[in-house]
Amino acid sequence: MAGIVGGKLGLSGRAVHRPFLSEPRWVRVLLIAIALGFLGFFLALPIAMVLAQALKKGFVFFLGALTDPMAMSAIRLTLIVAAVSVPLNLLFGLASSWAITKFDFWGKKFLITLIDLPFSVSPVISGLIFVLLFGAQGPLGTWLGDHNIKIIFSVPGIILATLFVTFPFVARELIPLMESQGTEGEYAAVTLGANGWQTFWMVTLPNIKWGLLYGVILCNARAMGEFGAVSVVSGHIRGQTNTIPLHVEILYNEYNFTAAFAVASVLMLLAFVTLLLKQWVEWQAGREAVLAEKEIAGS
Amino acid sequence: MRGEPTASPRVPEENLKFTLKRYSALPGFGISMGFTVFYLSLIVLIPLSTIFFKAFGLGWEHFAQAVTSARTLTALRLSFGTSLVSALINACFGLLVAWVLVRYDFPGKKLVDAFVDFPFALPTAVAGIALTALYSQNGWVGKHLYAMGIQSAYSPFGITIALIFIGLPFVVRTVEPVLQNLESEVEEAASSLGANRWQIFRMIIFPTIAPALITGTAMAFSRAIGEYGSVVFIAGNMPMKTEIAPLLIMTKLEQYDYAGATAIAGVMLAVSFVMLLALNLLQAWGRKNESL
Repeated sequence: MAGIVGGKLGLSGRAVHRPFLSEPRWVRVLLIAIALGFLGFFLALPIAMVLAQALKKGFVFFLGALTDPMAMSAIRLTLIVAAVSVPLNLLFGLASSWAITKFDFWGKKFLITLIDLPFSVSPVISGLIFVLLFGAQGPLGTWLGDHNIKIIFSVPGIILATLFVTFPFVARELIPLMESQGTEGEYAAVTLGANGWQTFWMVTLPNIKWGLLYGVILCNARAMGEFGAVSVVSGHIRGQTNTIPLHVEILYNEYNFTAAFAVASVLMLLAFVTLLLKQWVEWQAGREAVLAEKEIAGS
Repeated sequence: MRGEPTASPRVPEENLKFTLKRYSALPGFGISMGFTVFYLSLIVLIPLSTIFFKAFGLGWEHFAQAVTSARTLTALRLSFGTSLVSALINACFGLLVAWVLVRYDFPGKKLVDAFVDFPFALPTAVAGIALTALYSQNGWVGKHLYAMGIQSAYSPFGITIALIFIGLPFVVRTVEPVLQNLESEVEEAASSLGANRWQIFRMIIFPTIAPALITGTAMAFSRAIGEYGSVVFIAGNMPMKTEIAPLLIMTKLEQYDYAGATAIAGVMLAVSFVMLLALNLLQAWGRKNESL
């Protein structure tokens, strides 16, 4: 579903102008103006709004909203959730793309579709399934209750929901990339006596590092920003099961708008950093592709 | 291209028999495949299957009752209606933005191109409160719309605005690469045969990018149906008026009506899977169209 989030590696360039193949100047200017107007309306205005609202009561209030103990605990929880879920999904991404792209087996396409599945599930349903499974009325609920294990309305539930919604990101990025690179390099390494781990570490990984980083960046952004799924399983216990997006919601619903936007601006900063890193990775990957082409042409 | 062992030094006999997996000299299939299946089942398949077990466990009568209640039907209609309108608006403007970004040069183009992904990167709750502030009665945009008699927040209008925001990158990002790879020879030929720009667009460019355009629109639609975070603030959440289906699931959960929540979730999941199937077929069609 959001597979098109990626897949842009090494794809950029300037428009080529051929006078007989372009529109009259006034048409071009008009189309550019409409497109920029649309983007300005839907992208620039919300950004400006968040900043204006966040700083409405001055910088001191802004800092106060961020250093509030409840905000700090929300930031801590969000960092913990991302620190657990991103590496797990990274590991899965590597394992699944290795199995899928380096081997031929029956049911491969079906497996890829299953990996993509979480992208087409509503965030609310992504949370609901864990409530049904682990909640007090669920099949495991009584057992968990007897052993005093809390999953729903607690941190494990939040991590599970986050794992679900960020599940496909790394795999989605790696599968097409490794598919296009084929298996010649790995075969050469194995023939020359490398073991599996050496082959992966020295042949495969250098080729996929940018795609891998790209997937991790997107996975992390979603892990930190997820709202719907986490909202269902969190139980909104302040200072305990509140992530940053949930803290924004609570402040907003209490009509504490300025504080809500102040905390929201941190998440917006996360979005900017994500876009910046994404650009940097695309640029690096593009540069290396050009270098590799030159090397082939030179040899 | 595929994981076929073309460079394999020998073809063992087992390759001649029917096997689930073709022979490969590369190591690590067992462990990587094992972990993939284990983790996929644990995180995705088993949790997701609870919806179907629970929905079937309800019995047909109970299920139908939960799904066909007036409140549920209104929520589903609102979700599908606003998602469709927003996806169509994104189809028009997304195509325009992709066209402008690929075909024309203007200052700041790279920055604009990078910012198209902003709705993907921005947490939905932030988008939700920012749009609500913009379109409420005192907001920068809302005050003008309210003056014209348009209730822009806490209405289907507001929901559509939020859905346009979160669906914006889909069409742009699916159409952009196809436009980029378009061969200019055909356009040149048409031009030398006397076709004007509009004819060239309508008869040559548009048919080529149509599969990508439809795919992107379907993706935006499918995302919009399930969307929660960016909509919940601007919707106002009045039952029978501005209550979208994901929100109704949430409300039912808060009232401990697990059966009702599951029934609606079951319907939405079924729709998502149909959309997923349609998208896979669309993409296959797109690849075929491109390779022609």
